[in-house]
Amino acid sequence: MTVDAEVLERQIAEWRAFVARGRAIAGPDVEELEGHLRDQIEALTGAGLDADEAFLVAVKRIGSLNALSREFAREHSERLWRQLVLGADGSGGKPLRTEPIVVLALAAAAAVAIKVPELFGIRFAADTSDFYARNLGFFVLPFLTAYLAWKRELGAAGFVRLLLPFAAAALVVNLYPFQPQGHTFYLAAIHLPIALWLVVGLAYVGFRWRDSDERMNFIRFSGELFIYYVLIALGGGVLSAFTAGMFEAIGLQAEGFITRWLLPCGAMGAVLIGSGLVEVKQGVIENMAPVLTRIFTPLFTLVLLVFLATMIGTGRGIDFQREVLIGFDLLLAVVLGLLLYAVSARDPLAPPGPFDLLQLTLVVSALIVDVVALVAIAARISDFGFTPNRTAALGENLILLVNLVWSAWLYARFMRGRAPFSALERWQTSYLPVYSFWAFIVVAVFPLVFGFA
Amino acid sequence: MDINKDLVAASATPLVLAILAERDSYGYAILKRVSELSGGRLEWSDGMLYPVLHRLERLGYIAGKWQKSESARRRKYYRITPQGREQLAAERRQWQAVDAALRNVWSLLAVRTAPDSLPRGC
Repeated sequence: MTVDAEVLERQIAEWRAFVARGRAIAGPDVEELEGHLRDQIEALTGAGLDADEAFLVAVKRIGSLNALSREFAREHSERLWRQLVLGADGSGGKPLRTEPIVVLALAAAAAVAIKVPELFGIRFAADTSDFYARNLGFFVLPFLTAYLAWKRELGAAGFVRLLLPFAAAALVVNLYPFQPQGHTFYLAAIHLPIALWLVVGLAYVGFRWRDSDERMNFIRFSGELFIYYVLIALGGGVLSAFTAGMFEAIGLQAEGFITRWLLPCGAMGAVLIGSGLVEVKQGVIENMAPVLTRIFTPLFTLVLLVFLATMIGTGRGIDFQREVLIGFDLLLAVVLGLLLYAVSARDPLAPPGPFDLLQLTLVVSALIVDVVALVAIAARISDFGFTPNRTAALGENLILLVNLVWSAWLYARFMRGRAPFSALERWQTSYLPVYSFWAFIVVAVFPLVFGFA
Repeated sequence: MDINKDLVAASATPLVLAILAERDSYGYAILKRVSELSGGRLEWSDGMLYPVLHRLERLGYIAGKWQKSESARRRKYYRITPQGREQLAAERRQWQAVDAALRNVWSLLAVRTAPDSLPRGC
């Protein structure tokens, strides 16, 4: 009997180790499943089976571990992002060997694309910078979309559907009779990539844009891509410095090559390389965006609180020039990013903790800063009337305000145990397209309203 | 009788919520109750219950808590939340609508395929 029990314990331990190796099933879940297994074994031995048989039957009744891992993975996709190496073992990914080739080919294509206009005499110089400013996105984003469409197996028809928005946007920014150096032109150039990023997102989620988890995965993808891109850019800077220095040593100037070839081609290709790395490496290292979020959330909260306290204490108003306005918008966007990545990496089942309180403080202080900015913009508009810049700033701050208010409300409800954390997650992922739609309005509608000024 | 996979998946949420509305419970006991209620006709592969439980927990319909059982082993007990009760009521209305529609169509079919049961001579 005791020998039987010992054998059984060993079998259960082996089974547990095997389950724990499955990447999507985490510690407490393994314990829960083991508890189930033991309950089943007890019931079966009670019905007259011996321990060995009972173990086999119970394991069989739990079901195929592969199917189970898949179900767990679908339910807990945030774990995949921390632990899972995709592909290879039949999880639906492409074979690993073709992927680097596709990524490299598309990166090369993007690098070539940025040089194609030169064949038509449009060199990257001060007098033609308008052309590059408004078209920059078209040199790289279609290739990124192609990669994602290939990876998600959307087919040629799907890819063509994704290309249509690019074509429409290209027509708009190139055919509109913008006044040179006009405000609406710069606004369009700044907002176009934001609008087009929605199309990339559509490719990333494989048209399943209603799926909140998929949208969250796209947010994670965007954050990781940004970090990889910055790292690659740093490496590129080091490479450029060495290239220039070495050729300098033998009396040759490499600056021309660097600014005309290495920099533009590298900047385009790096977007594809970075995306490929994010797709392949998502499991190899801990995601960076959430780590950075942990570091910078307290610091940004502190800065915002001190800023607000100083403003109230000294009674100074904000002198809103255009640069200041853009600065504040960027600040609020960063706060939003911090919130987004904290949300994306959080275990939705964990109870409220001190970090959540900090996060809520950050959201509320950002909210107050946003209101202050809105008041200043409204004052300028009522004094001097609507201009493209002020209208764009007003719209963006209003959109941010709605997002922050509702986030703060949902966060507060979560802290008091009135709502699950997933409500906040769903709100954040559902609201993101609003930013792209607004960007699209700034690109396509503003020039018409403001006479291309 | 094999019940179609999609049907099993669709009925999982109302079944689990209803069972937890009866009383707090844990995985193994929930499965036994499902088997009892369906007269053994609704068979889940046991493990599949857990992702369902975790999804319902994430959505806030149920809340899980680790507790020592009488056999001194730790078990995760689940209870239904007020939100879960609302969801259960909504699911119930939906299933009743489906059930009513099916009943109507079954009775029509029964009339048509069994002409002997019609009164003769009319």
